[in-house]
Amino acid sequence: MSKTIIATTSLAGCFGCHMSLLDIDEKILDLIELVEFNKSPINDIKEFTKMCDIGLIEGGCCNDENVHILKDFRAHCKILVSVGECAIMGGLPALRNNIPLQECLEEAYLNGPSVMGNNENAVIPNDEELPVILNKVYPCHEVVRIDYYLPGCPPRAELIWEALLALVTGDPLKLPYEVVKFD
Amino acid sequence: MNQLIEFKIDGKECMGQKGQSIVDAAKDNHIYIPTLCNIPGIKPRGACRICSVRVNGRLMTACTSPIAEGMDIESKTPDIENLRKAIIELLFTEGNHFCPSCERSGNCELQALGYRYQMLVPRFKFQFTQRTVEASHPKLIKDHNRCILCKRCIRAIKDEKGRSLFAFGKRGHHVQINIDTKLSKNMTDNEAKEATEICPVGAILLKKGDGFCDPIGKRKYDHYAIGSEIETLEK
Repeated sequence: MSKTIIATTSLAGCFGCHMSLLDIDEKILDLIELVEFNKSPINDIKEFTKMCDIGLIEGGCCNDENVHILKDFRAHCKILVSVGECAIMGGLPALRNNIPLQECLEEAYLNGPSVMGNNENAVIPNDEELPVILNKVYPCHEVVRIDYYLPGCPPRAELIWEALLALVTGDPLKLPYEVVKFD
Repeated sequence: MNQLIEFKIDGKECMGQKGQSIVDAAKDNHIYIPTLCNIPGIKPRGACRICSVRVNGRLMTACTSPIAEGMDIESKTPDIENLRKAIIELLFTEGNHFCPSCERSGNCELQALGYRYQMLVPRFKFQFTQRTVEASHPKLIKDHNRCILCKRCIRAIKDEKGRSLFAFGKRGHHVQINIDTKLSKNMTDNEAKEATEICPVGAILLKKGDGFCDPIGKRKYDHYAIGSEIETLEK
């Protein structure tokens, strides 16, 4: 049987969910027997080279590049999994959702205590190479169809492991009380 | 005199005392009916509807309804459990519940219900409602993002004359909790702490509190589901 192909990405996330995936410790040796990684920051493959079975999405969508990557994942992955609070509900980046975008940018680049005096020309970065920031941070399932959700900040390593195992083997997912957490 | 009443919950024969609410009587029979706005010892309000049960084909709140002789109560049926889960999901999407950044996380009753019902993602759209954080009170912070309007603080925190220190302000979906600044002027540290503890979520916080003092793994709902203390005695 050919190996299950996995792709992963971090959108508006902190890479904590990827760290939690690595937290499965020595089970990573078992994992690599079962799966092959395609596009992922873990192996630094930048573009999809083939269709994948499972896409793990960390982080919500805060800019147009996130939306582009997420749609690319939907097109290249049979199953998409929202991993972590940010992918599921926007997470901490979505704390800005109640603040007008202009106000956020001014605080970050003009008025914030760490900026004072360091931005003499009062420039808010606007190079066309930069991704355009969205009006708010969107949960992934509001942008594309998502098949499964793994909550947590980050999701417990056991939860990611058990979920991958269930997806690869087709066995039902075990969800003991202690692995479903929102923080 | 205490009058004993026989009734059934999900087919299980139970005994209770006349005048007891369904929630309390169920608890005495080691059956957990989830509650959120209910506080033992305080007149129930039926605000959150989490405790909904079906009696004679009708949904009713188990915290406000007294048991009656021969009552046949449905509680843990798939449709009622689904209704309860839907209410939890509504609360999570209606307010702004950023669990990872909340100091009440792990000790929060709303979150604990989310855990108990294994809410992986709410079925409703996140509203990201415009809410504020108020820190004008000398001892307390009110985070309206997290408030679920259960009225626990209004009903439980009163001065020696029985006047509520908290009250609802505004109307409709703008309703929010206000603190009576005059009545709460002389609030002691203990009273302020009591107010934070009566709040099921992290909407009322101590200004000079301990913050994230309990490490992950040592918080109230880290290892055991809310209500499991009632059910563990179940035989």
